[in-house]
Amino acid sequence: MARKLLLEKAHVEGIRHFDVYRREGGYASVEKALKMDPASIVEEVKKSGLRGRGGAGFATGLKWSFLAKPEGVPRYLVCNADESEPGTFKDRFLMEFIPHLLIEGLIVSSFALGSNSTYIYIRGEYAWIVGILEQAIAEAKQNGFLGKNILGAGFDLEIYVQRGAGAYICGEETALIESLEGKRGNPRIKPPFPAIKGLWDCPTVVNNVETLAAVVPIINMGGEEYAKIGVGRSTGTKLISACGNINKPGVYEMDMTISVEEFIYSDEYCGGIANGKKLKACIPGGSSVPILPANLLLKTAKGETRYMNYESLSDGGFASGSMMGSGGFIVLDEDQCVVRHTLTLARFYRHESCGQCSPCREGTGWMEKILQKIENGKGVSSDIDLLWDIQRKIEGNTICPLGDAAAWPVAAAIRHFRDEFEWHVNNPSLCLTQNYGLAHYADELSVVA
Amino acid sequence: MMVKFSEHKMKEVEAIIARYPTGKHKSALIPILHLAQEEFGGWLSAESMDYVASILSIASIEVYEVATFYSMFNLNPVGKHVLEVCQTGPCMLQGSDDIIAYIKSKLGIAVGETTADGMFTLKTVECLGACGYAPMMQMGMHYKEHLTPSKVDEIIAHCYNHK
Amino acid sequence: MAEEIKKMKVTIDNITVEVPQGTTILQAARMIGGDVVPPAMCYYTKLQGSGGKCRTCLVEVSKGSEADPRPMPKLVASCRTGVMDGMEVKNITSPKVLDARNGVVEFLLLNHPLDCPICDQAGECHLQDLGYEHGKEATRYEFKRRTFEKHDLGPYIQLHMTRCILCYRCVYTADQVSNKRVHGILSRGDHAEIATYIEKSLDNDFIGNVIDVCPVGALTDKTFRFKNRVWFTKPVNAHRECKCCSGKVTLWQRGEEVLRVTARKDQWGEVEDWICNECRFEKKKVSDWVIEGPTHVSRHSVISQGHYEKLNRPTETFSKVHDGRKPKLLMDIHSVSEVNDPSIDLSAINGPATGKVFEQSKKQA
Repeated sequence: MARKLLLEKAHVEGIRHFDVYRREGGYASVEKALKMDPASIVEEVKKSGLRGRGGAGFATGLKWSFLAKPEGVPRYLVCNADESEPGTFKDRFLMEFIPHLLIEGLIVSSFALGSNSTYIYIRGEYAWIVGILEQAIAEAKQNGFLGKNILGAGFDLEIYVQRGAGAYICGEETALIESLEGKRGNPRIKPPFPAIKGLWDCPTVVNNVETLAAVVPIINMGGEEYAKIGVGRSTGTKLISACGNINKPGVYEMDMTISVEEFIYSDEYCGGIANGKKLKACIPGGSSVPILPANLLLKTAKGETRYMNYESLSDGGFASGSMMGSGGFIVLDEDQCVVRHTLTLARFYRHESCGQCSPCREGTGWMEKILQKIENGKGVSSDIDLLWDIQRKIEGNTICPLGDAAAWPVAAAIRHFRDEFEWHVNNPSLCLTQNYGLAHYADELSVVA
Repeated sequence: MMVKFSEHKMKEVEAIIARYPTGKHKSALIPILHLAQEEFGGWLSAESMDYVASILSIASIEVYEVATFYSMFNLNPVGKHVLEVCQTGPCMLQGSDDIIAYIKSKLGIAVGETTADGMFTLKTVECLGACGYAPMMQMGMHYKEHLTPSKVDEIIAHCYNHK
Repeated sequence: MAEEIKKMKVTIDNITVEVPQGTTILQAARMIGGDVVPPAMCYYTKLQGSGGKCRTCLVEVSKGSEADPRPMPKLVASCRTGVMDGMEVKNITSPKVLDARNGVVEFLLLNHPLDCPICDQAGECHLQDLGYEHGKEATRYEFKRRTFEKHDLGPYIQLHMTRCILCYRCVYTADQVSNKRVHGILSRGDHAEIATYIEKSLDNDFIGNVIDVCPVGALTDKTFRFKNRVWFTKPVNAHRECKCCSGKVTLWQRGEEVLRVTARKDQWGEVEDWICNECRFEKKKVSDWVIEGPTHVSRHSVISQGHYEKLNRPTETFSKVHDGRKPKLLMDIHSVSEVNDPSIDLSAINGPATGKVFEQSKKQA
């Protein structure tokens, strides 16, 4: 269902400005929250079933409850706006068009967690959004929603925007903290987790933009009401950024009850595959999650309809499923080459590896080179097995999840499109001039008993 | 070029440092490096980086370590306009390779090079978070999206007309 | 009243040991010793913040603790994971660990030049040992290996970036042991390198220690460069009065010549006392030092060849061991071969003893 909680007002003229946003009912959650006990706000978020929207899908309320509260030590909330996962551009949309929603969510969340200085770490390339956010912060401050003694509730808060400078790895929360401390974005070795020792060694919570924005409707409607939206453990609404070979790329908000098929083909969302082509494959949750061929995308291996939610998208595990991830929905049509596409992703992860631990530093470059070799028609059959072995030895053995993120796309491409890799190897001259095409990927899937 | 912030810029630097608790001023490094790059010719010379180190009273190597880590910092001189074309998956699906080839032939430079007149530097970059508006590139503070050869022509012409 | 430090029981490869709270798995394994000790390329006990990066010390935690017996979902870096009471760890008994370690070694060697024949570190290189124990016999990497622009680090320290495994130990050493750091890790990912950015020499008082902490031949002693192979030299412990440091060192000698001075290292190859540059680079005469005696060298090390720490004459004779029985001669070699015929005085032969010599002596006889 096209239920909107976050972007409902995004297209109201002038919503970027405080007055319009306030007139449309904005900042009501702050007024409500500041009268509540911080612990009961955490409780509401727990009840809402909200899961982190950055990619990992960890329960937000639970994460908040881990925050250590030692006497006399400041606590920090950091907003992760380092959106860099290929296919994902939802946070950008939210910040660009309805910045006050994020600020509102940050005020409520900071109050709940006891943070008096909250930082928005935004990717350096979103340079113009820094100005939009700073404008919103200044307006909120003028109107008494930021600064000293907010609404007379005795709560002080300053929000600062910090620009990154081009590093995907800074989306990993400990790398983000390192970067915020003015260092190289090398992820820390955990434990200790940020909830115990984070920014400047103080207890810290790092949350994604969309997660923090979702706190606003949760407080407004109550956690229990919020939890009624959606299905199962996929509560509330989710922003999906759709791109690739579709008619209507863009950012869509929905509750998590619609089917993948509807999402791709209905005019309300992606509007079908562009240029009348056929659907070949899709990466449903940002480049790190497994790619699925059309048949497994629309239906699970058991033959059931697949829905746009956490559980359904991951149905079948990595053998026949994928993940919700960050909601970066990348669609490939029949003319696209999976090997080439995987190559660009491998190049991306090689480029973005921080180089701290050996499997990721060495393995990502090696995978890229082999993929380039296969794409160039110079591959041999054993290269495919070698690729498989390399990704297997990276996965799970690195300091941070970037290793897994680099391994999974390669693994899934080989798992589901092995014949396309082999076609490259067996047709070295042909693969330079034409693509393998659709083949049987869009075929009806035989039902697994 | 004289490597020193103007009084006005120095105020900005001080405001950035004031965002962090006392003693945590190193956090200001990346924002100040952005300022330095804007102010001192679009790139970070060793001299600029040493200057930033002196402002924050940290060792120069700490600045070099950070500046070389992040891809947005240019460590060599660049043209007046830097065209940073995205080439990752979603942009590739929408023909970013053709756009890169078109710019290369139009400007007569390879990726990483600067035109002889010092106007343009062409770079390829990884995902900039504009996948739905592909193919795209970054020019300074802004994104140029839905690129086509004719749109590239317009952008380049615009740059020459507003020299 | 001092708080009593809690003891924790941890089982590594079926061997149980009791360790104080706060001990890491790696340290606990080192207390047990032997084969269960995971290899460590980046961890260094004396350097705060080190470890966790190389991934060679990955182990499987098959039981988290007595209180929470669930196994850990991923392999963990034993150097940075603290033990819990009742924890059970698998190192060499876990095929998963051995497989992962095999992969890590392959990754570490992927871009390594394998120039051991011309590398001064050969013979005392941890990567060499690691490759020998866990590596494959051949590489599966068929692409050009990574190279770097050369950087000069001054008169004392030689940098070979291609050999570096980015353990960060030298960075921590410069931060924590010397008084100024001018080198660091530049760039990122597979381009990351140790450098000074603009050519600078590393020359403060304690910077020479980066050579000792380097597990590979990336940072070597310029004053020792190409002088000798380490297994031809004789290490002896020595000391001198030094204003800067403990003055306790190991001299690496060939005859009476001191070829190299290093800090003394413990059984895990870690420096016992940091030494100053003066002791390391300037004191190359035996007369500068008070010699204590031969350095202990593990018999697994190639350096132990021809290295005698002390001569032990056996106190028991063969017949004593055999309750007075004489050894039984199974076969007299001279009865079947003329080689080394006792009647031939080898020292009397002019030149090498070849078959011809024996033939001649036979004729004479």
